Formats: sequence, structure tokens, C-alpha cells
Amino acid sequence: MKILVCISHVPDTTSKINFVENNTKFDTSGVQFIIGPYDDYALARAIEIKEATPGTTVTVINVGTVETEPTIRKALAIGADDAIRVNAEPTDSFFVAEQISEHAKGFDLILMGRESIDYNSGVVHAMVGDLLGLPSVSPVMKLEIDGMKAKMSIEIEGGKEQVEASLPLVAGCQEPIAEWKIPNMRGIMSARTKPLIVVEAKTAASQVSLRKFELPAPKGAVKMISADNVGELVARLKTEAKVL
Amino acid sequence: MSTLVFIETSEGKIRKSSLEAVCYAHAMGGSVTAVVLGPADEAEVKTLGNYGAQKVLHATDSKLEKGIAQVYASVLTQAMKDENADVLVLAGSSLSTPVAAKVAVKTGASFAANVVELPDTSAGFVVRRSIYTGKAFAHVELKNGKKVIVIRKNAAEVKEVGGNAEIVSYSPVLNDSDFNTTNLSTEKATGDVLLPEAEIVVSGGRGLKGPEHWGILEELAKTLHAATGCSKPVSDMGWRPHHEHVGQTGVKVAPQLYIAIGISGAIQHLAGVNSSKCIVVINKDADAPFFKAADYGIVGDAFDVIPKLTAAIKAAV
Repeated sequence: MKILVCISHVPDTTSKINFVENNTKFDTSGVQFIIGPYDDYALARAIEIKEATPGTTVTVINVGTVETEPTIRKALAIGADDAIRVNAEPTDSFFVAEQISEHAKGFDLILMGRESIDYNSGVVHAMVGDLLGLPSVSPVMKLEIDGMKAKMSIEIEGGKEQVEASLPLVAGCQEPIAEWKIPNMRGIMSARTKPLIVVEAKTAASQVSLRKFELPAPKGAVKMISADNVGELVARLKTEAKVL
Repeated sequence: MSTLVFIETSEGKIRKSSLEAVCYAHAMGGSVTAVVLGPADEAEVKTLGNYGAQKVLHATDSKLEKGIAQVYASVLTQAMKDENADVLVLAGSSLSTPVAAKVAVKTGASFAANVVELPDTSAGFVVRRSIYTGKAFAHVELKNGKKVIVIRKNAAEVKEVGGNAEIVSYSPVLNDSDFNTTNLSTEKATGDVLLPEAEIVVSGGRGLKGPEHWGILEELAKTLHAATGCSKPVSDMGWRPHHEHVGQTGVKVAPQLYIAIGISGAIQHLAGVNSSKCIVVINKDADAPFFKAADYGIVGDAFDVIPKLTAAIKAAV
């Protein structure tokens, strides 16, 4: 089986978000970049399938500039066999989906996170599925392959659904599909020599353009209320905050 | 401008978030056509006029009963053509968001998800959308004539406008090849308030010490007609189901009131709640970081404060 895992290169979940250049660029200073946490689940499940199914290969793809290569190398250290970097700034979901679709033909499983944690749209899997004419399912919490069929458990509002689809298939993943894998020393050493090919992006007309970024208004100071006086909290929620 | 709104139903009932989508489309101006797919409660379908739809296309084909994203996307693409619609508005959900994305691909439309307010059309068509899991916003211009907009909760005020909608029976062409996923079974909490749509959310963390103590939290939630949520460790330990996990890698909520009990307030949890209008934090540790993100705070033991709070609300509301 051939598995493609699409990874995003995003700020660590604990990062403070700031912007520069008149709020038009993300401020990368002091920010640690990681494999998108949801993509990390997808990668972990791909490696599990590879370990259980002889002859399986895992390829990683990322749409990004040269700065993303350490993140790609980490995915190789975790156990992917080779990698593709599409050399372009990932401007919007459709652009990324188009680039991935260019390289996703011939794979049986195309896995990625349910969403990237920077732009959060959660639609690249749906767009790739549409572009390639393949089923796409998200957010997948359990994925079992049985021959050319996949059985999945997906989260819906207030519950879950069991879904079946034929391969090839696109899936957006989330916990608890697999446990995150931490690269070991052997993995880190071998990742240095695994193939990472760089390809130029397919030109796609952008349908959207960024005007500016904005940070939320700072929160006012917390009003503390005594545990012996919860009645005051209820009164304030009614008359001051007007939420009851 | 001609706007189409996809109405999501659950067991034939219209989702509250879809009413918000109709109100959003109405507030944008121009004509509003709502699309209901699958069998649905006729009386509820009629009420869409009251929220601003002039017309409702209702496809009652039972093949549309199960929400298959690929099928719905093809039908909405047809409906956009049939109605000559410029804009499609949907309320974000596990079904509607991928449907929206596929329609955008099929129609070549500009796409934006997690839109938090009405577009600014003073110069171009600019939407404000939540990014970095609620830690920031982006103002994005949708350049194409065709647009697909996925809104977040509270993007528009839900208001009755007192209109009547013309209900039109709709029979779109269904392609067998679009039925590319099969629903084997659905498990759903019944009778509860859905977490992503709730106006009040009561969440518990490790401070509740075990799943057997959730009764008092549920009692408080019931008193407030609230949904219950939890922190990541709580769902990781299996105390509560994953669909109740609020945070960066769980459900993002935007209620009027969020009450966090026994949750310290890790940055990943805050990312899921920072769109709440008012946050109340109850924690016995006065140094819990969550207090910095709260509007009101009580330092106290959960088992002491929760029953008192439930009683005070029963007395006051």
C-alpha cells in the first residue's frame, strides 16, 4: 500500500501570536514550528499501518518554503520513507489542495490532520477529495483498512458515526486515531539521508487575498467573588454581564 | 446579490446554527433562498421565511436523508446554478464545512471558513475570520464573483423578521458516483444541548477528581439549560467522551457564558473558549492561569461551590 501524509508546518500550540509589517505578516521571532498536531496523528496512524502491512510505503508532502524542511525531516525521523516539498508559500486552502492533488495520484490512502492550527479552515481534505474524485472523510478518530475498504469512526456534533468507503481515500484525522510518535536516535540519523525532493508549485489563480491580521481586544481584569457569596456571581451575570 | 443558504437538519429538525446562516444572508441584503435536503419537518421548513428566506428549495428525496458530503456538494452546486446565486452561506459543522469546500472547488468560488461577522463591502468583499484557533483574526478579500462563506456561531444575530417563504419542491439530479461513503451507524447523545451550539457551557476538569462526580456538574448544566464540556485530560482519561473535549484539539465553543470548574486553563484549553462572551472560572488554586482569562472568578472547592451555585441560580432565574 502507498500512503501519502500531508503535513502542515505551524507554530507550537503554546506560541504567542503576533504580527509585523503593519499587521500583514506573522511574527516568527521566538516561535517554535512543529508538525501540525492533527497531521502528527495522521502520520502516526500511517506508520502503524506501515508496520502492520509489509510492502507499505509512507510519503510525506508539505507545501512550504525552505524553512519547513526541519519539520519535514522530523516526519522522516518518525518513520516516513521519503518526502516532497512543494516550494511555495501556502496562501489558502484551495492553493494547498491543488498542489497536493498534483502529487497524490497513485496513493491508496491520503491522510492529513482534520485542520491546520494556523488557518483552521479544516477543508484541504475535502478539496483534495473533490479535485481527485475520491471519497473524503473527516474528522476520523479510528481508521481500519480491510483489503480495499476502510472502516472509520468519525466525530459529529454530539456523537460519532461509523462510516465505510473504498480506497483510494482521503481522510482528515484527529485523536485518538493513534498515539503520537517520538523520533528515536536511529530515526533522526536515517532521516538525514532519506529522499526529500523539492518541486515547484503549479500556478493557481488565487481566489482570496489577505488584507490584514488583527489580534483580539485585550480582556479586562477578572472580578473575584468570594466562594461564600455565589449569589453575587449570579446577580452580576444577570445584571452586569447580561448572560443569564 | 442572490444568496443561497444550506439548511442542515438533524433527524428532520433544522439546526439552530442554520437559522443563524439564514439571518446572516438576510443581513447581507439581496434575495435569500434556503435549501433543505432530505425529509424534514414541514412546519419548521416554513419558519425559514420568518428568519429572512424568500424562497425554500426542499428536496425531499429519501436518498438525501443521510448527509453525504459529496452528494450534498453536487446538489448545492446545481442549486447555485439553478438559482443564479452569487453567494452560498453555511454554518460550520462536521458536515457543512466539507460540503462548502467541495462546492467552492466545483464552482471556482472564493472560500472562507470560520467567518465571525458580516462582510465589509465598502471596498471589495472582505470577511473577518478567526485564525490561530481563536488567537487572531484575518481580514480576507473574496475576489471571485462566486463566494462560499462558512460562518461561525454568533456571526449574525438570530432575529425574526416576520416574512413568509415560498416553498418549492426541488428534484436535483443525483449521481450514483457521489454516494462514495456509507454510513454504517450513528451514535448520538439525545435530548442534550449540542455543545457547539450551546449559549451556556459548563465544563469540568481534573479538579472534579473522577467521572463519578459529574452528576453535580450536570445538575448545574441542567439548571442553566447548558451543554457540558470538559478539558483534554478528562477526555484522555476516558472520564467523558471525546466530543465533549473543549480546546485547541477539541471542540471550539463560542457561548454567551462559559463556566470552567476545576480546569487550570492551559493555553490549549483557552484556545477553544476564547470566543466566549463571558467566562467564569471556579478553581481552588488562586494561581490557576485561567483566572487571567476570566471575567469572574471564584477561588473555592468545586464540591462546595457547584451545589451552592446551582441553588443560587434556581432561586434567581
